[in-house]
Amino acid sequence: MSGPNKNYDPVEVTPLHADEVERTRDEALDAFAKAADLAALQEAKLAHLGDRSPIALANREIGALPPQGRKEAGQRIGSARKAINEAYAARLATLEAEHEERMLATERVDVTLPWHTPQLGARHPLSLISEQVADVFTALGWDVAEGPEVEAEWLNFDALNFQPDHPARQMQDTFFVEPAGSGTVLRTHTSPVQARSMLTRKPPIYVICPGRVFRTDELDATHTPVFYQVEGLVVDEGITLAHLKGTLDHFVVSMFGEGLEARLRPNFFPFTEPSAEVDLKCFVCRGASVGNPDRPCRTCGSEGWIEWGGCGVVNPRVLQACGIDTDRYSGFAFGMGLERTLMFRNGVEDMRDMVEGDVRFSRQFGMEI
Amino acid sequence: MRVPLSWLREYVELPAGVTGREVGEKLVRAGLEVETVEEAGAGMTGPLVVGKVLSYEPEPQKNGKTIRWCSLDIGKDEPQWVVCGASNFEVGDLVVVVLPGAVLPGGFAISARKTYGHVSNGMICSSAELGLGDDGTHGIVVLQPGEATPGDDAIELLGLRDDVLDIAVTPDRGYCLSIRGVAREAATAYGVELKDPAALTLTGSGEGGYPVRIDDAGACSVFVTRTVTGIDPKAPSPRWLQQRLVMSGMRPISIGVDVTNYVMLELGQPIHGYDKDRLSGDIGVRCASAGEKLMTLDDQTRELDPEDLLITDDSGPIGVAGVMGGASTEISESTTDVVIEAAHFDPIVIARSSRRHKLSSEASRRFEREVDPELPRYAAQRVADLLAELAGGTIEPDETVIDTHLLPKRITIRADHAARVAGAPISVDETVAHLTSVGCVVAKGNESGAVDGSAEMLTITPPSWRPDLRDPNDFAEEVIRLYGYDNVPSVLPKAPGGQGLTVSQRRRRRIATALVGAGLTEVVSYPFVGDADFDAMGLPADDPRRTTVKLVNPISDEEPSMQTTLLPTLLRTAERNVGRGSSDLAIFQTGLVFLPRPDAKPAPLPAVTQRPSDEEIQALYDALPDQPLHLGVVLTGARIPTGWWGKGQPSTWSDAVQVARTVTASVGVEAQLRNVELAPWHPGRCAEVSVDGKVIGHAGELHPKVCQAFGLPARSGAVELDLDALIAVGPQSVTAQPFSSYPVAKEDVALIVAAEVPAKDVEAALAEGAGELLESIRLFDLYTGEQIGEGKKSLAFALRFRAQDRTLTETEVAEARQAAVQVAVDRFQAVQRVG
Ligand SMILES: [Zn+2]
Repeated sequence: MSGPNKNYDPVEVTPLHADEVERTRDEALDAFAKAADLAALQEAKLAHLGDRSPIALANREIGALPPQGRKEAGQRIGSARKAINEAYAARLATLEAEHEERMLATERVDVTLPWHTPQLGARHPLSLISEQVADVFTALGWDVAEGPEVEAEWLNFDALNFQPDHPARQMQDTFFVEPAGSGTVLRTHTSPVQARSMLTRKPPIYVICPGRVFRTDELDATHTPVFYQVEGLVVDEGITLAHLKGTLDHFVVSMFGEGLEARLRPNFFPFTEPSAEVDLKCFVCRGASVGNPDRPCRTCGSEGWIEWGGCGVVNPRVLQACGIDTDRYSGFAFGMGLERTLMFRNGVEDMRDMVEGDVRFSRQFGMEI
Repeated sequence: MRVPLSWLREYVELPAGVTGREVGEKLVRAGLEVETVEEAGAGMTGPLVVGKVLSYEPEPQKNGKTIRWCSLDIGKDEPQWVVCGASNFEVGDLVVVVLPGAVLPGGFAISARKTYGHVSNGMICSSAELGLGDDGTHGIVVLQPGEATPGDDAIELLGLRDDVLDIAVTPDRGYCLSIRGVAREAATAYGVELKDPAALTLTGSGEGGYPVRIDDAGACSVFVTRTVTGIDPKAPSPRWLQQRLVMSGMRPISIGVDVTNYVMLELGQPIHGYDKDRLSGDIGVRCASAGEKLMTLDDQTRELDPEDLLITDDSGPIGVAGVMGGASTEISESTTDVVIEAAHFDPIVIARSSRRHKLSSEASRRFEREVDPELPRYAAQRVADLLAELAGGTIEPDETVIDTHLLPKRITIRADHAARVAGAPISVDETVAHLTSVGCVVAKGNESGAVDGSAEMLTITPPSWRPDLRDPNDFAEEVIRLYGYDNVPSVLPKAPGGQGLTVSQRRRRRIATALVGAGLTEVVSYPFVGDADFDAMGLPADDPRRTTVKLVNPISDEEPSMQTTLLPTLLRTAERNVGRGSSDLAIFQTGLVFLPRPDAKPAPLPAVTQRPSDEEIQALYDALPDQPLHLGVVLTGARIPTGWWGKGQPSTWSDAVQVARTVTASVGVEAQLRNVELAPWHPGRCAEVSVDGKVIGHAGELHPKVCQAFGLPARSGAVELDLDALIAVGPQSVTAQPFSSYPVAKEDVALIVAAEVPAKDVEAALAEGAGELLESIRLFDLYTGEQIGEGKKSLAFALRFRAQDRTLTETEVAEARQAAVQVAVDRFQAVQRVG
């Protein structure tokens, strides 16, 4: 605010009076503040920042001042105009933000609505578990080996030390392929892949073989003539039963969780000697249900252990039939039923659910088991 | 093999109070498969006593029954009065009476109760009520006169309380099909002495028994006969013997038969008893002649095979050796003189006969697994002793003993062999001790007693009852199982570095993942099909898919073939799902198909003592059908359901074709398509799918008749692809191409062509003409209608042009567009549609 200046011509230019400039500015600020929406703000802008607005008109009067007075008046007008511009910009930003907010609010949808593009389908859990097993073993550096389902009898039996008239061969309930005497069968286990692996690879051999196998069982809640197994085979120097146990313990932990282990029970299989059944420490009760009638366990029948599969040290006769030097190499093998594994691992109660192809069964699993 | 614990205890001093379950667990750890432990009579409590019938009054009832109001002497001052519904007893008979306060098997609590106008103070028990099973009398149990005294505890008398171990005997453990064998395992498991039930005093002279002539000594190495005369055929088998047979799962028949069965269960040696009076002339052992017949004990006439080993007399065949006896010489209710046969037969001969005649008997099951060849004389002695003792017979001292069996083969193995197989520190002393406990005779050193090189050696003679012990590892197993599998350490072996999944394995996973991403659900089904499936699919008579690999013994005669296409089983799966209410389906399945090789020869059976020759291995592979991996897909119902977004869309032929494109694209291969006609597809809506010039399958809409035959909604679609063929043409590796940062020029082209010209061909013509400036081309509209005339269609394509190194000029783009159109005009007489 400037006082009267006696040094120059006291021509009175009212709009440039300090009081007047202040009033003009305040009116503008007030008008912007009162503008309720963007349209009102535009109106106020025209009135207070437009070509004919008081501040614009005042600006034009500066030229009428004597040179000595122009600087001061110019500064006064400039600062008022800056304040008006800033007030406008601030109000504009506020109103635009309010406007956007209102708009977005009206565009709110119900995100829980379904959509028409196809939903993700599902894998069959037998495929998923096969792949999981394969992953466990490929992580150990093993290969995934495969073989055909119609198989030479020699590979399915003879090479594996099932002698032609031995009861073990009769116990396999074999599907024979026509004509009788074709020497071909539907493989009764994934073990012929062992023989194939030994015939086609050189030790060290570390392979895991998931696959479909066949026996002449009728379908019921716990049996099916077509089922899946997974079989592991190692042939290397110095392989022992201890290596088999170590592998099974690792397998158990990978499939069922930390702190679990495998247990071996002596048994008989022609292609392994010594042979054993593999039991798995119950992953649900971890043995706590044994002798504890208050906490029964459905998964293991309160036995603490679950029967899982068979295993053993590869019978040297099998190595011999496949041309492997038994003085230098030894091996182990193990095998499990995947349906059975799913039954106790994932609570599948009826074998038929696994083979009937009802999509509701697969869909429970999606892409994970 | 069912083993009553009470019987086992007779030969093994098991710790007092040990239960069947505990013994079972011990045996499991020793390698026997104990499937169940039955606790017979568990939960049963007395008083259950012997009663003598003092009197009874028959009282007819309104319901037509006649009950008996009985007074019984149960060893007390006053008679016990009970009501009984049975009538198979007389005054003076000894019966089993359950008194109020007792609990019978099944938790059946007994109290005095009012019935038929009397207060019955207990009841007289039947066999079934005592948990002994139906004895066929339809009445109550009547004890033998003098068998007990009124008031005796019947639980103990009848052996009602016992544990029975049911053991699944593995093929290598034939000796465990006997109390003797299981007792041996139990004795080892508990570290106690075995009282060998075969350790009997032989009273026979070793000669002069019922004459026997063996023609085939290879198949019959031991044959022993003993004769017992003057037995009382009516003598009942004592209750303890009957009870043991019942607990072991056999039915008591008569004293003669029961004793032979009992000895078989006890020692594991099958015995055959002949009625001496019905034998004529010498017993012979020979192979059957073609055309010979025999009526076996089960009253079936069996056609004999020249490989069957027979027991004969002058009348001809009287039994299939080791499998089943003949009806003509069997022991009957009038037999007084018995000839006992105890023999050793070759396991393979018996196994084949048993299989050939589909006749698995208690005897054949044992002979197949090989019986201790040193048992026959002892077993015959045991039968003779029991017949003399229980049926009043006289044992003739004369005895026929033909014995040519070979002694068990000795073997020399490294003393640390078991330790090396186990990977555990099993000492030589432990090894020797364990081998000795299973019956081996072990000497340190090799045959000559010398130590062989660095390794200490053991020379082992296996026991006669363990024919399975042949190889070093067989002995290692015995040692390790007794050492304890639990004591073997756990060591993860280190494999050499692997390469992960193969390309094919990875691609199969990727295909499945892509299908799931496209909304398909994987199912599995059996690979068995039949002609009805092919008929339903509308396959012509000469369709190659009708030529199948067939099974000799299929599950169902309707489905004797292995699938040559995945579609029939998948269509049936779809049908089942639709029937269960899942009508909008998109399912897939992968599996092998089986394509016979017309020139296939039978697979050879090379020797197993060495690696087969390369020719033999090739012959094994060549004998097999081709078994490529296929993918099958079925789509039915709505692909897009009706919803809040609007009307739904059914799945169409193009969804099926798109699945084929998705599959090939998921492994980096573009599908080539063309219209073909092939069942089971709609003749106008079937795409042949090729990759790299090779046909890998088909996709499209199913023929209306096929939808009908499988009960599927009209216009269902299907796909079948050979995944092996697809995966094989996938790229080895993909090389990145630079892409241009100059602006794109867009041009649209609409062409009118004949309706039958494939859009893909027009697109190819445009692309060819457009040259290398063309970046991409896409069909964006298809129009048919009056404006362009009948038999024609308009195809509109969006073309994008771009150069690597510059911005294209308008002239360049116009020239490229014109060149593109020109090729289509020349090739298909296409007309540009303007406006
Ligand atoms: Zn549990």
